[in-house]
Amino acid sequence: MAGIRIDGVEKKFGQATALARIDLDIPDGEFLALLGPSGCGKTTLLRIIAGLETATAGQVFIGDRNVTELQPRQRGIAMVFQNYAVFPHMTVFENVAFGLRMRGAEDAEVKAQVARAAELLHITPYLDRYPAKLSGGQRQRVAVARALAVRPSVLLMDEPLSNLDALLRLEMRTELKAVLAQSGATTIYVTHDQTEAMGLADRIAVMHKGVIEQIDRPQALYERPATRFVGGFLGSPPMNFLDLPVRAGVVELDGFRAAAPGTDRIIAGVRAEDVEIADSGLPFDVRVAEPLGAMLLLSGAVAGQTMRVAARPDMLISAGQRLYLRPDPARIVWIDPATERAVRAAA
Amino acid sequence: MSVGLRRVVLWSGVVTLCLWVLVPIYLIALGAFGGRAGVFRWPKSLLPWDATLASMQTFLAVEGVGRAAVNGALVAALTMLLSLALGAPAGYALARYAFRGANLFRLLVILTRAFPLAILALPLTVTFIRVGLYDTPLGVALVHTALALPFAALVSASLFMGIPRELEEAAWVFGCSRLQAFRKVVLPLALPGLAAAAIFAFVISWNEVFAASVLTVRNKTLTAYLLTVLAESPLHYRFAGGFLLILPSIVFIFAVRKYLFAMWGVSNK
Repeated sequence: MAGIRIDGVEKKFGQATALARIDLDIPDGEFLALLGPSGCGKTTLLRIIAGLETATAGQVFIGDRNVTELQPRQRGIAMVFQNYAVFPHMTVFENVAFGLRMRGAEDAEVKAQVARAAELLHITPYLDRYPAKLSGGQRQRVAVARALAVRPSVLLMDEPLSNLDALLRLEMRTELKAVLAQSGATTIYVTHDQTEAMGLADRIAVMHKGVIEQIDRPQALYERPATRFVGGFLGSPPMNFLDLPVRAGVVELDGFRAAAPGTDRIIAGVRAEDVEIADSGLPFDVRVAEPLGAMLLLSGAVAGQTMRVAARPDMLISAGQRLYLRPDPARIVWIDPATERAVRAAA
Repeated sequence: MSVGLRRVVLWSGVVTLCLWVLVPIYLIALGAFGGRAGVFRWPKSLLPWDATLASMQTFLAVEGVGRAAVNGALVAALTMLLSLALGAPAGYALARYAFRGANLFRLLVILTRAFPLAILALPLTVTFIRVGLYDTPLGVALVHTALALPFAALVSASLFMGIPRELEEAAWVFGCSRLQAFRKVVLPLALPGLAAAAIFAFVISWNEVFAASVLTVRNKTLTAYLLTVLAESPLHYRFAGGFLLILPSIVFIFAVRKYLFAMWGVSNK
């Protein structure tokens, strides 16, 4: 078993910076999700850890070993690829056995480990088939089984579920969580899907433009985003951002008043569900009302700025109506408009 | 379209293609084995009921034919080996590495075909005599390799491009060196296409007349030899010679046919 330490890793493609000085410490056995929009550098970081890409600067440690200069095969890792990458000219059995065979494992051990991994991923009936005869979901199971068969201490996963359809993805996600928890491997999981990251990971590192914006437990990220980007990226609907004037440590807009940091202007980050609909408060003009079952999602404007509110599903609200909102002041995230970073409320 | 109609269209296509290839071969065979009488008989008999090996035997007994056939096969085999050995790595590099001037390189590879052999013949002859390659199978094979190499390189480039990079990366992660990954993953998947490229090189060499005629005196390839001999021969001998020319290609294609069909779907999605 082994933790992973990333020390000042940088990656440049020509003039473009893909990763800007990444430092990251992942303790043994942790499940870390790298979450971010496409092009944020999360896959590049994963590939540098795998040794499939070389860093422009910085070092990677797995366990106590500095693996920066090592080949992928010398790093003691297993990986699951986005396009599965199962070998089409080998049976499922040979695919799952590949890593063990390359290590020169005895036949009996190969058989035992393949059987165990196949059992775990429910692919035992397909062991002598070729991948061409399998569905996408089954191929993904083969890819995961191939990775688990070598009992890796570090498991890297690059958007493993993104090629599956929505229903299958949900099912595989639940199953993956159980299977991976059992394996005990230190896992890095790259995804752009926030529900996947929230559901699976012990901690999430949110990446944006080659920088890690914030690392924390999923719930903490959701409640206390460190930057405007994190607040806007996590949650569905995303966090609302209202640009408000501050006067003498107080934000005041129509019927709404709250103590706020800053001197001139401040951005109030408000979750759609942290708002109460009341008789007085921020005036809110409803433009669209969407009944989503669990909630009634209202989209509209506060002082000319877009705002989304989650109302109770049984409320009778229609487009064109004017409501008054009371955001929970304790749950507002104050963000400095200049740096776009969260600031503490003035005590 | 109904299933029945679709089947009719499919099979008529198959039959047409087969006839297109097989009828000329069959007619040449009839001429080759029909003897002097068979060549001039009209209408042709569809079945070779009076087939005789006589003209083929006489033809094979002509001095030099056997040796020329061996030479031709040797040259073609050398060409095949050389163009694959040089072309496949070039194709792999074109497919996998982004390097400055890749497109220019691609163009240059094709451009080798732009030089007419007729212009190169004299300097080549002089050079070959000087370095001792004149009138040797290797010398002819080198020129044939120059002809076949562009195809070998470009065909294998597109071949390797069709093999997802992630497959190779998976092999590296699970314990392969670059060479092992190539041998265990890339090569088996590329084999059908490489076989096709090999056949192509073989056939280009086997059928090439000009360089083979100019650069040899005694060690002629069969094609070059027949060109000089058959011009003065009776018609049924020419058929026999023609049949002999077709034969190796057919045998060869038949031998590697299983690699020509993809044995497993190389799809990755």
